[in-house]
Amino acid sequence: MTTTSEHSSAPATGITRWLYTTNHKDIGSMYLIFSLVMLLIGGSMALLIRSELFQPGLQLMQPEFFNQMTTLHGVIMVFGAIMPAFVGMANWLIPMMIGAPDMALPRINNWSFWLLPFAFGMVLSTLFMEGGAPNFGWTFYAPLSTTYAPPSVTFFIFSVHIMGISSVMGAVNVIATIMNMRAPGMNYMKMPMFVWTWLITAFLLLAVMPVLAGVVTMMLMDIHFGTSFFDAAGGGDPVMFQHIFWFFGHPEVYIMILPAFGIVSHIIPTFARKPLFGYHSMVIATSSIAVLSFIVWAHHMFTVGMPLVGELFFMYSTMLIAVPTGVKVFNWVATMFHGSMTFETPMLFSIAFVVLFTIGGLSGLMLAIAPADFQYHDTYFVVAHFHYVLVPGALFSIIAGVYFWIPKWTGVMYNESMGKFHFWLSFVGVNLTFFPMHFIGLAGMPRRIPDYALQFADFNMVASIGAFLFGLSQLIFVYNIIQCMRQRGCPASPQVWEGAEGLEWTVDSPAPYHTFQTPPNLDNLPSPTGHH
Amino acid sequence: METVFRHLSINIFALRLLTLMIITSSSHSEWGLNMTESVTAIGRDIHGLHMTIFYICVAIAIVVFGIMLYSIIRHRKSLGVEAKPFHESTMVEIIWTTIPLLILVAMAIPATKTLIDMYDTETSDIDIKITGYQWKWRYEYLNTDIDFFSTLTTTQDQMHGLEAKSENYLLEVDKHLVIPINKKVRFLFTAQDVIHSWWVPELAVKKDAIPGFINESWAKVEKPGIYRGQCAELCGQGHGYMPIVVEAVSEEDYQAWLITQQQAQQNANQVSELSFDELMAQGKIGYDKNCAACHQVTGMGVPPVFPALKGSAIALGDIQQHVNVVVNGKGGSAMAAFGEQLTPTELAAIITYERNAWGNDKGDSIQPAEIVSFKQAEGQ
Repeated sequence: MTTTSEHSSAPATGITRWLYTTNHKDIGSMYLIFSLVMLLIGGSMALLIRSELFQPGLQLMQPEFFNQMTTLHGVIMVFGAIMPAFVGMANWLIPMMIGAPDMALPRINNWSFWLLPFAFGMVLSTLFMEGGAPNFGWTFYAPLSTTYAPPSVTFFIFSVHIMGISSVMGAVNVIATIMNMRAPGMNYMKMPMFVWTWLITAFLLLAVMPVLAGVVTMMLMDIHFGTSFFDAAGGGDPVMFQHIFWFFGHPEVYIMILPAFGIVSHIIPTFARKPLFGYHSMVIATSSIAVLSFIVWAHHMFTVGMPLVGELFFMYSTMLIAVPTGVKVFNWVATMFHGSMTFETPMLFSIAFVVLFTIGGLSGLMLAIAPADFQYHDTYFVVAHFHYVLVPGALFSIIAGVYFWIPKWTGVMYNESMGKFHFWLSFVGVNLTFFPMHFIGLAGMPRRIPDYALQFADFNMVASIGAFLFGLSQLIFVYNIIQCMRQRGCPASPQVWEGAEGLEWTVDSPAPYHTFQTPPNLDNLPSPTGHH
Repeated sequence: METVFRHLSINIFALRLLTLMIITSSSHSEWGLNMTESVTAIGRDIHGLHMTIFYICVAIAIVVFGIMLYSIIRHRKSLGVEAKPFHESTMVEIIWTTIPLLILVAMAIPATKTLIDMYDTETSDIDIKITGYQWKWRYEYLNTDIDFFSTLTTTQDQMHGLEAKSENYLLEVDKHLVIPINKKVRFLFTAQDVIHSWWVPELAVKKDAIPGFINESWAKVEKPGIYRGQCAELCGQGHGYMPIVVEAVSEEDYQAWLITQQQAQQNANQVSELSFDELMAQGKIGYDKNCAACHQVTGMGVPPVFPALKGSAIALGDIQQHVNVVVNGKGGSAMAAFGEQLTPTELAAIITYERNAWGNDKGDSIQPAEIVSFKQAEGQ
C-alpha cells in the first residue's frame, strides 16, 4: 500500500478495496451483506422444511435430506446470519459511537471477516459430498455426530474451527477498541447501551468459543484418532458431550440476544423522545444475565438423567435469569411511558421485539420448571420458544437496527411505506409460523421429525403458510436495502431522526469514509444516563 | 390512528388465543391447544405446575403489555403529547426486581416437590428394561423370559401417499408394551447405538436412553387404555419412525398376557423347514420392516453410509459371511447386530431374500435350523 492511499480519505477502487480493506465501515458492510445472503440461504432451507411439513406424509424429500436441512438451517442461521450481522453492526457503529477513528485491530478485522465466506463455503459444499451434509442437528450430539455421522462431519468440524477463530478475533477486536479507543471524557458509564452490550457479548464469545473448539476437536479425535471421549465402550461418556456443548451453547444464546438488547435500547428512546429509563440498571441487568449464563447450561438436558440435586440447581439458576431479563423489559416499557412516540419502521420492529421477545422469555420461564420440562423437552414447544427469541427477538432487532442506521450508512432514507408494509407482513407471518408450534408441542409432537401423526396436521399447515408469508416478505427488506445502496431515495440529514442522540448522529450522512480522526468534544453531548 | 387500531386488533387476537388455550385445556380435538392430560398422579402434578406457571405468565403479560399498549395509544406525538424526561428511579427498579423474585420462589417450591416425587424410583412392583435401537424399541421384563422388539407397522405406501393413512399413522407398532394399572412400574433406559429418548405424554415419562448408561423413571397408570408416544431425541433418519405404544390393562389381563407371552417366546425359537418360496415371501416382509429404512426397499441403499445390497459382495458372496454380518452387525458402522432382534426363521428368510431379490439371483438359500447352529457354534 502506498503512502498516498494510506492518507487519502477516499477508498481504494475495484475488488482490492474489499479484499484488502482495513476500514471498519467497509468491513461492517461486508459482514452485513454476508449475513443477509446467509439469512436468505438459511431461510430457503427453512421453507423447504416447512414445505415437507405442510401436510402429513413424505412429499418432497427423504428423512435423510430433511435432517440435513434442519442441521444446516440451524448452523447457518446461528453462525452465518445472526452472529455476523451483529459483528457487522459492531464494526460500523462502535467506533462512531465512542468517537474512535477505527477498530483497534484493523488487519485482524479484515481477516476475521474473510474467514467466514470460506467457512460457510465449506459447510455448504458438504451438500454435494458423498453421504450428504451433516444430518445430526445443529447441536450435533455424540455419538450420532461421531460414530454414526456421514464422512462430511470432518469438514463440518473444520469449518466450526474457522468460524470460532473468526469470532474470537472479532471479540478481541471489540474489547480492545472499547477499552482503548474511547474519546476523552467518555467513561464506561457514559457509553451507549449498544457498546455496553457488545462489550459484554465479546467477553462471552472469548470465554465460550474455545470450549466449542474443544468439543469439536474431541469429536475429531473420536472419529479419526481412536479416542473414546464420547463412547462408553471405550470408557467415555456421550452425556459429557452435551455438558461441554451447552457450556458453550447457553452463553451462545445470550451472544445472540445481548446486542439486540443494545439496539432496541437506542431505538425506543429515539422514537419516544425520552432518555432510556434506568441506564444503570440496564448495564447491571445485562452483566447479570452474562454471569448467570455460565451456570444454567444443563437446563437443556433435564431429561438426560442428572442427579436430583443437579436438576434442582439448574432449575433454580435458570429461573433466576428471568429477574434481570424482566428488569430490561420493564425499563423499555418505562421508556415508552409518557414519551412522545412516533412509529417509524425501526420503532415498529422494536416494539414488536419487546412484545414477542417477552413471549419467548415467558415460555422460557415455563421451560425452566424442570418437572414440566419433562413434557416440553424436545417438542415443538421448545421450537416455538427459541424461534420467538431468535426471530422476532434477535432478527427483528437486526432489521430494526438496519432501518434505523441505514440512512447514516448510505446517506439515503429507505422507503418508509415499504418498511411499514415489510413490518406488518413480517409481524403477521412470524406469529402465524411460530405461535401454533406452542400448541402442537404441548399436544405431543417431537421436534426434528420429517413426518407426523394426523392430529398435528392442522397447525402444521398454518405454520407452513405463515413461514412462506414471513419468508417472502423479507424480499421487501432486501429491495429496500438495495435501493438505499444504489442511492435511490431522499438524502438523509446528519441527524436523521428527530430524537436521535449519540456521536454517530453528529457526522454527515452518509458517514465519511474516515470519521473522528481527531477525537470529538463530548461537552455538548447528552450522556445516555440522561444527565448533561 | 391507523396503527392504533392495528395494535389493538393484534392484541385482541393474542388475547383470544390465550383465552382459547385456557378454556380448552382438556381438548383432544385436532386443534388441541394444551398439554396432554395425564393418567398418572405425577403427570397431574406436572400438568398443574404447567397451568400455574402459564397463568403467572399470562398475568405478567397482561400487566406489561397493558401498560405498553396504554402508552402506545396515549403517549403519541400525533396527539401533541410532550415527553416527560424522567429516566431513573432506584425504588422502581428495586420493586420490579423483588416482585418477580418472590413469584419465582413461590413457584420453585411446588416444582421441587414434584421433582423429588419423580426421582423416587424405589419399591417398584415391576421393572422393565427399555433399550433404544435405530429405529425400534426393545422391552425386557426383568425376572421373566419376556423380551421383545416393538417396531413401527405403518407402511411405506402410507407414508408416500399411495395408500390411505390409518388412524394411528406413525403411532402404531407390532407389539405393545403391556403393563398393569395401579402398579408402580419402573423403567430402566439404555440404548444400543445412539441416544434416543422414550416419551409417552400421557404417562408424563420422558427419559433419554443413552448407550452405555442406565437411566430410571417410573409410572403408576391409573386408567386402562392405549397410550402412544414417540422417540424425542434425534437419532438418525428413522427418528420419526420409532413410536411407543403402551397398553395399560387390569391385573388379571396382565397375568394372562404374561403367560401367553412366555409361551410365544418359547415357540419363537422352534424352527421348521421352509421352501424357497416361503423363505422369499417371509423374507420380503421381514426385509421391508427391518432393513428397508437404510438399505431401501429397492436394495439400492444410500451410499456410502448405507451400502446397496443389490449386487453387493456380501449378498452375492459366501453365505456364512452374509449370516455373520446380519447376526453380528458390523462394528464401527450403522449396521446393527440382528442376531438377538429377530427369530432364526426371520433371519433365514431375510438372508435368503437379500441373496435373491432385485436381480441378485444367487439361487441359494438358508434354513432356520442353520441359523440356530451358526449361533450355537458362536456361543461356544
